[in-house]
Formats: sequence, C-alpha cells, structure tokens
Amino acid sequence: MREAFFLTCWLVLLWLAISGVYKPVILLLGIASVMLVLWLSLRMKVVGEEHAPAIFGWRLPVFWVWTLVEIVRSNLHVARLTFSPEKISPRIVTTDVPFRTSVAKVVYGNTCTLTPGTVTLMLTRDKLVAHALDQTSSETLTSGRLARKVLWLEGSPEPEK
Amino acid sequence: MLEWAINLASWFLLLTGGVFGVIGGIGLIRFPDFYSRLHGAGVTDTLCAICIVFGLALQSGISLLTLKLMLILLFLLFTAPTATHALARAAMVDEVEPLLDEQSESLAKHRGERSSSI
Amino acid sequence: MTPVLVLTTMAVFTTMALALARALKGPTIYDRIVAVNVFGTKTVLVVALITYLTGHADLIDVALVYALINFIAIVTVLKLVKTRDLASSDAGEGSDA
Repeated sequence: MREAFFLTCWLVLLWLAISGVYKPVILLLGIASVMLVLWLSLRMKVVGEEHAPAIFGWRLPVFWVWTLVEIVRSNLHVARLTFSPEKISPRIVTTDVPFRTSVAKVVYGNTCTLTPGTVTLMLTRDKLVAHALDQTSSETLTSGRLARKVLWLEGSPEPEK
Repeated sequence: MLEWAINLASWFLLLTGGVFGVIGGIGLIRFPDFYSRLHGAGVTDTLCAICIVFGLALQSGISLLTLKLMLILLFLLFTAPTATHALARAAMVDEVEPLLDEQSESLAKHRGERSSSI
Repeated sequence: MTPVLVLTTMAVFTTMALALARALKGPTIYDRIVAVNVFGTKTVLVVALITYLTGHADLIDVALVYALINFIAIVTVLKLVKTRDLASSDAGEGSDA
C-alpha cells in the first residue's frame, strides 16, 4: 500500500510538471489519468513487486555519474574503431550475474547495452551473454568492473576474491 | 562573463553531439555485420543524445523546458537499451550469425537456451 | 546561437540520412529495424532542436511523446516481424523455444 501511495505522489508531480495548464477541466482529466495509470499498475501487479530500496537511494545519482563517465569513454573507443573497421574483433562474452534482486540484474544488462561496444544478447537467472566489439570493450564485463559497481548500487557486500 | 561561459559550453556540447551522431551513422554504414552495427547505433543513442540534450538544457537554464528535456533524455536512455536488446535477442533466435574473432566462443551453443523470467 | 543550432540540426539530419541508407541496404530485416530505430531517436532530437530554433516551447511536448511512441513502435514492428501476429499474448515465448 505504501508503494501505491508513493506511485500516486510521483504520478501527480509528473503530471503537474508536464502539463503546465491548470484549469479545472484539465485538472479533472489529470486526476482521471493518474487514477487510470494507478489502476493499470495495480492490475499488472508491478506495484511494490520490483521495489529494491537501495536502488532508489542516494547511490543512484552516483551510479548515473559513473555510468556517464563509462559511456563517454566507451563512445570515444567505438568512435576510433569506426574509422578503422578492420581493427575490430567481435566476440561473444559470458559472465556471471551475482545479484540478488531482479532490478539489479536488469540494471546490469541495460548498463552493458548502454555503453557502446557491448550489447546484452541474453540475460538469464545467473548469467549474461554479450556481444563485444573488441578486447578493450569486453574488459568492462570480463574484469567485473561493471558488476562490482552494480553490487555496490544494490547494497550487497563485495564478493571475496 | 558567466553567460559567455555557459554559451560556450552549450555550443561545445551541441557540436560534439552532432559530430558523434554522424560518427554513429558512419559506424552504422561501415561495420561489417548486424551485431557490430548495433554498437554504431549505440553511439548515436547515447553520447549524441546526452550531449545535445545537455547542450540545449544549458540554453534554457532552470525551467519547465529543461525538465521536459531531462525527461526526454531519461526516456531515451531507458528505452534505447531495451529496444536494442529486443532486436539483438530476436536476431539471435532467428539465427543471424555474427562475424566473430577466431578465439571467441560461438553463439550457437547459447541459441537453444531461453531468456528466463528473472 | 542560431548558427550552432543549425549546424547541429544539419549533423543530426546527416545521421538520419546515413540511417536511411542502411535501412534501404539491409541486408537482414534486423539491420533495417536498427536503422529505423536510430532514425526515430534522431527525430526526437531534431524536434527538440527545432523547439529552440523557432522558440515555440510547446514543440518540446511533441518530442516527449515521440520518444515514447518510437519505442513502442519499434517493439511492435519487431513482434510483428517475428510472429506475424500481434493478437496472441504469449507468441514471443512460443517462438523463443
């Protein structure tokens, strides 16, 4: 129930921010659309299901900044490869997915796709299959750099080496 | 003075975004197979969009317009990997073969497996 | 200001032209869908740029909605291509096996 309340608050804020027109009729439509979305989410049973408290804390902005730096770095690398396509050596990489929550697994897969040079091909319960453009690109995954960062985001303890 | 600095930063971001867009487009043309072209598309989807949106946001300062720009960026960054993954997964199931380095493991052994609900 | 915006818009148009070239060349259907996806996301950026070029702040809503519709359209087209059927709800699962 708590999650449904927060969802409603977010939806109302979002609607007020995007709309910009505050006349009675339009406001009524806004209330109707918020209620519709709330009902749909409850019917889909996604409210609270995918709730992982740590993911929505202060760690998220830090993770985004880190991801931004990674995106810039891998973009520069792929841009260099674009001008010498004979240098690429595409490969399939398989890594473990050591996370508890499904949200963290999805974040892992999406971040992998979001950094150019690696694309998630398949994500199962305990492993991830990715296509990487070359050795340097695949190292983000094989060295576990990304996995450690997502573990930190999830709030899990670091795995022993 | 500050206004000039902001303008310069904004111009730099906009032009960088444009340049990376074109580079991604060239990658889309030049890379040899479907899976490597996905990386070219990835360049235009990420850095190009990020640079252009931030460049525009610097122009309008803190306003409703900037908020909407940030929402656009958020939607783009959430949907782009999902769409790319859906495409890659569909191509993989459809037995589109990637060109691979000799030392790499092959894709074929993963084909039979299913994406489980996690 | 305006020359920079125009230049950036031109660059994004170039990207769209390159994507269109890939969409025409193929060779697989997935290459075409990737190209159309890139074309769509660049459309969002062009609309955002035009918002600033013309000063019509309302146009940004078009970009916002287009960003969402583009994603849904790509996934729908992909599903249609894969299954030749949009009606069944578990078609993706069935063809995955």
